Amino acid sequence: MTDRNGPILSARGLSREVDGRHLVDDVSLDVDQGQIIAIVGPSGAGKSSFLRLLNRLDEPTAGTVYLEGRDYREIPATELRRRVGMLMQAPNLFPGTVADNLRFGPTQRGETLSLERIAELLDRVGLSGFADRDVGQLSGGEAQRVSLARTLANEPQVLLLDEPTSALDVDSREEVESLIIDVIRDRELTCLFVTHDAPQARRLAGHAMVMEAGCCVTTGPVEEVLRA
Amino acid sequence: MLNRMIDDLIVLGLAQAVVTSLLVVVVVLVSRFQRVHLERESAVAMLRGFVQVVAAGSVLLLLLQGPHWTSIFVLAAMMVVAARISARRAPGIDGAFWVSLQSIVVGSGLVIALMTLVGVIEADVTALIPVGSMVVAAAMRSNSQALDRFRAEVLAHTGQIEAALALGAEPHTTVTRYVQASIEASLISPIDSLRSLGIVWIPGLMTGMILSGTDPVYAAIYQFVVIAMILAASGLTAVPAVLLVRSHVFSAAQQLVLRPGDTAV
Ligand SMILES: Nc1ncnc2c1ncn2[C@@H]1O[C@H](COP(=O)(O)OP(=O)(O)OP(=O)(O)O)[C@@H](O)[C@H]1O
Ligand SMILES: [Mg+2]
Repeated sequence: MTDRNGPILSARGLSREVDGRHLVDDVSLDVDQGQIIAIVGPSGAGKSSFLRLLNRLDEPTAGTVYLEGRDYREIPATELRRRVGMLMQAPNLFPGTVADNLRFGPTQRGETLSLERIAELLDRVGLSGFADRDVGQLSGGEAQRVSLARTLANEPQVLLLDEPTSALDVDSREEVESLIIDVIRDRELTCLFVTHDAPQARRLAGHAMVMEAGCCVTTGPVEEVLRA
Repeated sequence: MLNRMIDDLIVLGLAQAVVTSLLVVVVVLVSRFQRVHLERESAVAMLRGFVQVVAAGSVLLLLLQGPHWTSIFVLAAMMVVAARISARRAPGIDGAFWVSLQSIVVGSGLVIALMTLVGVIEADVTALIPVGSMVVAAAMRSNSQALDRFRAEVLAHTGQIEAALALGAEPHTTVTRYVQASIEASLISPIDSLRSLGIVWIPGLMTGMILSGTDPVYAAIYQFVVIAMILAASGLTAVPAVLLVRSHVFSAAQQLVLRPGDTAV
């Protein structure tokens, strides 16, 4: 059942309990097409844990997620994860060249990423001409931008970002951050991103969700939620 | 010198054991001088090793009087014990014992069965059990090394594995590199044994055969045969071990379940 007008992604009573501890506790959230939602909250609040449930890198112990109205447990994990892309804190590049990394996602579905498409993606993240570089020779900021391009090569419908700039030094952090903002804006991506940084959340997102101790405390327009 | 004084074979053996133990006592005393305290550990290890090996010898003595098929049960029991010991190398991985048992049975079982059929191993308790036990031990070592390496590689690369999963990869694809590395790692030691055979070491079996009066050239060739069997058994164990265990680090929903932190036994 695909509901064209409903939310693209919808978490319902999503929970994850490990050894009796509720890392994520009964969180429900609707994400509409094109919406940008910031997830904020203190360290250990369960933000990363929540994000990992959305592309099913971890298994919910209760609740589920609907992708375009369909329970995500009915969707093969490989397809789900292509459609709900994720950019992690660390670039986690695979050994090889930059182009090898960009090709990885499409290759999994038996598709080949054309050289033009590789050039276009690299251009988008400000790394024109980097295709044949060995990933071992990249700076932290460059590596994270390659990681972003690699995720975009899969053309995800929803993008999850888990503090993608927090591991970078201050200078490249600002650069990569504004790059991510541009990419998200001009592709009109639907995305959820975790951040510690309220100003960053205000710059980027229309909505925000505050988490504490695994629970969703408030959601709403970012100016209202993050006013305090 | 000892053999000129003592006629009885068993008493001679005991006397030889006492003399060798004295050598260990000297080593312990010297270590003590360097503030290394090995007294208890060496004493326990020595006593234990002695009791175990004499017990094995006595069991062998009993089996030698029995029919040939008993060796199948002895070898099977050895494989089960080997799998139990080997599975300890994979804390945090569910089903490690079954994986180990299947791989060890396949690896050592195939080699022992084939070699016995062809006649390389005599279908006789005196040959089947000692040579078979060497092959089982090799399979165990190979299985341990393969599991240990695979587990370490996965734990060291959780980020990359999850990144690959998050890009829509099948679990097996995400660990291909580590499967190869683990199989290679478990074959290094038997390949080196083969390479250094006769130059760096003259192994126990050959020593034993020469001591008991076999023609040294035949003893040498048979030693080569045994080491080659060990290499074959190592490979035939490591491959199923890694291919089986890789499924155990992922859940049915294709999530990586072996992660640092939750690997305590
Ligand atoms: N696999 C796990 N097993 C048990 N506990 C876990 C596991 N992963 C995370 N936790 C715990 O769950 C809680 C939430 O962790 P999480 O990483 O989701 O927080 P976070 O909001 O992302 O924090 P931060 O802002 O520091 O990244 C923490 O207390 C953490 O120790
Ligand atoms: Mg986090």
